[in-house]
Amino acid sequence: MELLSNLAIGFDIALSPFTLMLAVFGCFIGTIIGALPGLGPSNGVAILIPLTFSMGLDATSALVLMTAVYYGAMYGGRISSILLNIPGDEPALMTTLDGYPMAKAGRAGDALVISGVASFVGAFLATIGLMLLAPMLAQVAFLFGPAEYFALYLLAFATLGGLASNNQAKAAIASCIGLGIAMIGVDNNSGMPRLTGGNLHLFDGIDFLVAIVGLFAIAEVFFFIESHGKNTSIGVKLEKVTVPVKEIVGSSVTMLRSSVVGFIAGVLPGAGASLGSFLSYMSEKSIAGEKGGFGTGVAKGVAAPEAGNNAAAGGALVPMLTLGVPGSGTTAVLLALLMTLNITPGPTLFTERPEVVWGLIASLLIANFVLLLMNVPMVKIFVKILSVPAWVLLPGVTMVSFVGIYSLSGSYFDLLLMVLFGVLGWVLRKLDVPTVPIILGILLGGHMEDALRRAMVLSDGDWTYLFSSGIAIGLWAVAVVGFVAPMFLRRFLTKPQRITD
Amino acid sequence: MASDRIFGAVVTLIALAYIASATQIQTSFMADPVGPKTFPILIGAVAAICGIVIILKPDEDPAWPELRTLGALAVAVVVLVAYAYALKPLGFLIPTAVTAAILSYQIHPNTKQAALAGIGLSLGLFIIFKFALGLSLFGLPSFLTH
Repeated sequence: MELLSNLAIGFDIALSPFTLMLAVFGCFIGTIIGALPGLGPSNGVAILIPLTFSMGLDATSALVLMTAVYYGAMYGGRISSILLNIPGDEPALMTTLDGYPMAKAGRAGDALVISGVASFVGAFLATIGLMLLAPMLAQVAFLFGPAEYFALYLLAFATLGGLASNNQAKAAIASCIGLGIAMIGVDNNSGMPRLTGGNLHLFDGIDFLVAIVGLFAIAEVFFFIESHGKNTSIGVKLEKVTVPVKEIVGSSVTMLRSSVVGFIAGVLPGAGASLGSFLSYMSEKSIAGEKGGFGTGVAKGVAAPEAGNNAAAGGALVPMLTLGVPGSGTTAVLLALLMTLNITPGPTLFTERPEVVWGLIASLLIANFVLLLMNVPMVKIFVKILSVPAWVLLPGVTMVSFVGIYSLSGSYFDLLLMVLFGVLGWVLRKLDVPTVPIILGILLGGHMEDALRRAMVLSDGDWTYLFSSGIAIGLWAVAVVGFVAPMFLRRFLTKPQRITD
Repeated sequence: MASDRIFGAVVTLIALAYIASATQIQTSFMADPVGPKTFPILIGAVAAICGIVIILKPDEDPAWPELRTLGALAVAVVVLVAYAYALKPLGFLIPTAVTAAILSYQIHPNTKQAALAGIGLSLGLFIIFKFALGLSLFGLPSFLTH
């Protein structure tokens, strides 16, 4: 019954008129961000963080606003996937496989409604799962010492590099770039500056928000300049929207199964939403078999990845809140938000600041219903947003990024760094080097080193201490398997390619 | 092939330089067993090994843009750097309009549309930031307002 009383605290906060307004507003903005081609959940949330920060909201309100944006962007992402064949981010790729063929066959409205309901089912079940699992995991997390945390961080980098990228070496380099950047600045233990090259601007270290906005948003602008906004114009018209009750009922089992698969994938640190939508699509495809017609535009092919994707988005919040290890690119951005707000995620968050956790969970439940209402009857409004041309949108994104970062510190140096990260992001993505591990490295680098050093202080420099407990050994084993296994499995687990017209 | 080989070589060199500068980190008297050097050196070593792996096992070359597009990208970078320097002394409105217009032109080369996008974004965003979000922005160059 502790759960119910906790939820009561949460709803008490979430149902206050101001918080409720923030949640609805966040859902609306989030859906727009998700629907805009070229703005996914990660970069959309990233450019809004500095602005939220400078608006001076308190921690709970800011968190409610941004997670509503996050959930909203996950919903909205399906709109551009289905109508334009442009996935807003990696996990949305799977939705294009059946969503776009369905839209081309004149059933865009059906695809949007089915995926909207599937998103709701996935996100709703994941929020319930989060409610049940997170407090339990928080209890386990109390057993974690520095050795376990070090292994856990390693696990996050290993699975992120192993499962979510095409080349292990490149993913490892990306992690090292992030960790290396995190080392810059004054060392907390000795108080000595490290790797600053004598530059005074670097003594405070490099702000992770600068790196995130540069790598995600500014790099995207360069990609649009490269393609001259060409892949934005082709699209499918949306005629009328009706609710295909039969198909929704018919794919309800698919939605439930995919939600479970997605949630589990989301809970794995480092794996995240891409794996969730991928696994749920592939497992439903093999359950349906040849006759299922996956890839030709069937309802289940839209329902499975959307339920999986949204369930993974909720599941990714579990390790993020309890252990401080994000499960995906967007949750890494949310972790950045928590750090900006001076909230340290971890098991103590549940005991020391229950109002933050449970307020957040209650807002997620509310946001979910708001999003279902917004995304099924009102979907036509958001479809209009797709017609914003790239030559207005991308300069706008750039300006918002600049003002956001500028409002953090008021220094031109951060802006220059942001442009530099944008260039770096463009070059790296060209070379098929994933950028999410860089973000994770910058966010977790300090904690990871800290864990290592505290472990060594405890053991007086004995390196075997890192493998001294069952949990630590287990985490190391999973980390090694997660990094090495995909090298051999890659032949069998090739990702479906984007369909082209 | 060539792109990845160059990338691997660059990564290895930077990693070695990183290790070299990490060895120069000063330790203080309150040293713990690991000290401030070990972890950066570890990161550098992993990166260097991965760089060498990529030199030995490169992926296929990506499709690099043609020279003209690279030029457009270079222009965009120069404009953004100039914008970073101009934002404080020249205020929000004028640099934003110019930068947004140039970026818009690089994405879709149409002078009239680009000019409209620049002016529209500059004014629209200024109103949102200044009055809806209450950020402290200065619209005009500082030498005009003082």
